[in-house]
Amino acid sequence: MGSEGSGGPVVFSVSGHVNRPGNFEVGLGIPFRDLLELAGGVRDGRKLKAVIPGGSSVRVLPAELILEANMDHKSLQEAGSSLGSAAVIVMDETTDMVRVLERISRFYYSESCGQCTPCREGTGWMNRVIGRILAGRGKPADMDMLVDVANKIEGHTICALGDASAWPVQSFVHHYRHEFEHYIEHGCSIVSQQSAAA
Amino acid sequence: MSNDDQLEIEVNGVTLPARKGQMLIEATDAAGIYIPRFCYHEKLSIAANCRMCLVEVEKAPKPLPACATPVMDGMKVFTASARAISAQKATMEFLLINHPLDCPICDQGGECELQDLAMGYGRGVSRYSERKRVVRDKNLGPLISTDMTRCIHCTRCVRFGQEIAGIQELGTTGRGEHTQIGTYVEKSVDHEMSGNIIDLCPVGALNNKPYRFSARAWEMTQHASVAAHDCVGSNMFAHVYNGIAKRIVPQPNEAINETWLSDRDRFSFEGIYAADRLQSPRIRIDGEWRDCGWDEALSAVAEGLKGIAADHGPEQISGLISPSATSEEHFLFARLLRGLGSVNIDHRIRRVDFHGQEADPVAPGLGMTLADLEAQQALLVVGSDLRQEVPIAAHRVRKAAVAGADVFFVNPGNYEYLFPVAGYLDTTSSSIIDELAGLVRAAFARTETRPDANLAEVLAAAEVRPEHEAAVAKLIAAERATVLLGLIAGRHPGYSRIRMLAAALAAATGAQVGSLTEGANSGGAAMAGTLPHRICGGAAAETTGLNAAEIIAAPTRGMVLMGIEPELDCANAEGLLERLADTLFCVVVTPFATPAMETYASVLLPVGTFAETAGSYLNAAGEQQEFSGFATPVGAARPGWKILRVLGNLCAVDGFDYVSAAEVTQALAAVCEDSEPSIENTGQLAPAVAGFDEGGLRVPIYAVDAVVRRARSLQLTKWGESVPDISKPADAA
Repeated sequence: MGSEGSGGPVVFSVSGHVNRPGNFEVGLGIPFRDLLELAGGVRDGRKLKAVIPGGSSVRVLPAELILEANMDHKSLQEAGSSLGSAAVIVMDETTDMVRVLERISRFYYSESCGQCTPCREGTGWMNRVIGRILAGRGKPADMDMLVDVANKIEGHTICALGDASAWPVQSFVHHYRHEFEHYIEHGCSIVSQQSAAA
Repeated sequence: MSNDDQLEIEVNGVTLPARKGQMLIEATDAAGIYIPRFCYHEKLSIAANCRMCLVEVEKAPKPLPACATPVMDGMKVFTASARAISAQKATMEFLLINHPLDCPICDQGGECELQDLAMGYGRGVSRYSERKRVVRDKNLGPLISTDMTRCIHCTRCVRFGQEIAGIQELGTTGRGEHTQIGTYVEKSVDHEMSGNIIDLCPVGALNNKPYRFSARAWEMTQHASVAAHDCVGSNMFAHVYNGIAKRIVPQPNEAINETWLSDRDRFSFEGIYAADRLQSPRIRIDGEWRDCGWDEALSAVAEGLKGIAADHGPEQISGLISPSATSEEHFLFARLLRGLGSVNIDHRIRRVDFHGQEADPVAPGLGMTLADLEAQQALLVVGSDLRQEVPIAAHRVRKAAVAGADVFFVNPGNYEYLFPVAGYLDTTSSSIIDELAGLVRAAFARTETRPDANLAEVLAAAEVRPEHEAAVAKLIAAERATVLLGLIAGRHPGYSRIRMLAAALAAATGAQVGSLTEGANSGGAAMAGTLPHRICGGAAAETTGLNAAEIIAAPTRGMVLMGIEPELDCANAEGLLERLADTLFCVVVTPFATPAMETYASVLLPVGTFAETAGSYLNAAGEQQEFSGFATPVGAARPGWKILRVLGNLCAVDGFDYVSAAEVTQALAAVCEDSEPSIENTGQLAPAVAGFDEGGLRVPIYAVDAVVRRARSLQLTKWGESVPDISKPADAA
């Protein structure tokens, strides 16, 4: 059972914008498409936008990457993320990625134990900057600074929570920079405008 | 250390020796390669939480903290590569985002580790435009000020409590960005060495409260000195602004105080500037006190003393001097009194049992270094409230206990010790002597030793309990064992019995005997000859004069008191003031003028405190330490050796032609050249004492001498409250 380098079964915990969220015990290496089908597909027949394949700490993957990937270590790594805890968060096209990142970064801000410097100070910094962007008070320079702060936390802390707080920031900005820039420029979400237009 | 432990590492292309088990930062520190750090401290455990010492290690995927990375043979380290510097700069930026930019009003400014490293690793302009964290300050008591917004959470202060003090007074509460250092429940930080967290704090979060806002680091001059309140003589630096001492910090000396300083030594200097400091010589003429010049005062003293000698005989002159006076003062004091023909000289002003004083050590003390004390495997502490008497020695004993030594106490009470105590031998229903006798009897039974006639009498009534046998077994089993006599033992009316029993116990168990001594310089005083039965250098005096207890019980017609407030510094001082008032001529050489002194003195001579005079101390470990004065004398005060020199000349006594303290030191050294500071401690049997309040022998930590009693901040602490009111400075709230 499983695929090469990733043997055995695993329990995927699929949540988010799916019709049948739940826990699915399947063999490692199952194509993401099959897993999505097990979970009933994207809710209300909407388009898939992005997936966080291994819990909130791993890097987010846009639909076009995750739809080609299999759910094992090697394949997800090649796609630019990792299997993590196998908690799969599915997001459909109505999702505001800035809002999602603000929520994730707030989680790491409040979970930081405060022992070592980069995470104690950096998680709050990142959360405040993202919160400011979300509130329409972002500045163009914030984008590069945000990634730079995440880079300075990553690999510098005692435990992995520092890395876990940095990866979402890096990947969200990498894949959805335009959504952040829209907030900075127009003070509102690109997503609601799109849905208004549709 | 075997050669197997040696290995080599390469740092920035240079090969360095290292020892297996060392952390990288220890090897680079030893080689003089600086790696920035905040949380690392050589005396504390490793936390690795500040992340400032991140360096690049070949083959490591991430930068590694040098403080928590063990050296490996052949490892290649880059402390200043682009990756290392970028990691260090990242940490610095994180530390600074929530750190207030208040350096101009921060006492740490100019001597701040964060400020210094920000120069090298910080950005010119902050990128952080969010709100900064603000943290409520804590009230940690009268010694330590807090500005907790400045805290960078290095946890050095927390680890100090856990590991050095033995009581965790500070801890972290909250998580993440909301982490705070504090006491959790509002309370003061009370440990007798708590002031060290001021030095440990790398930023301005914990600072010196009495010193607050009174000077800037770069305006002060730094003077090395030696602490004057206990028998270890901690090394310290005084920071002085315009001749006024502003604060005291430790001077590292691994042999004595390591990097620490007791609060008493750190804050006592406040007493120098007490309101009742004697500003000028004062003289009483026809019952009226008035200020006068030095010439008039010194002539009056010389005439007064010569008059007593002529009219009543020199045996009617006695001198008592503080055991914390310098060796030079003791030397000249003894020479002056002997020159006048007096033999009644003593510095042992808290001692009451002088039986067998001929067998006293030439220079009493531990008979070992403080490092040796720390290396003991079994210790029996007899009659000592160790933490209050000599905090630095207590710290060494604590280290021994934490390393596994068995420490037993025979004390009038179960004083609190912050380390594992193998046994408190109960004296609540008996006395120190009874407990010791039980121990000796147990030891003799175990080693089949027969007591001599003297001992047999004491041992006959002794009761042996199982805890005596257990303690004796540990003393015998330990390779390095010591019976340590404390200050309570030395003040005990049965002291001669105590030390005879201690010597017998040590002999039977193969232990050493050591003593803690009164004041800063009992050893130096004994060598310098302020004793009624010995002259300078330790040789027996031709005639044995009155000892301190006899002088206190019946003062002679003429009295010379130096550096003491007799009613507070002497044993059995009840009624002493009245007795002193009946003397014909009493000269008091003192830094302070008390109302009591005006009732009995004839002349008051203002003398410099330890801060204002040059001299030397001989500590309990046998180390002679010289120092020079660091503060401008208050008022017309003069160094003690100068006052005594002029008095010697005026009294036409030979041997007073010294022009510097160093010359006195040399003269003293020349006399003592052949004297071995023996530590033999045998003693002889004195009449038994019964029904004595042993607890009354304890002198509170901040009541030991006139300067400490006037140190306002110390008196405001928890321990200061136990000091009698009379000793509180008039202006203390």
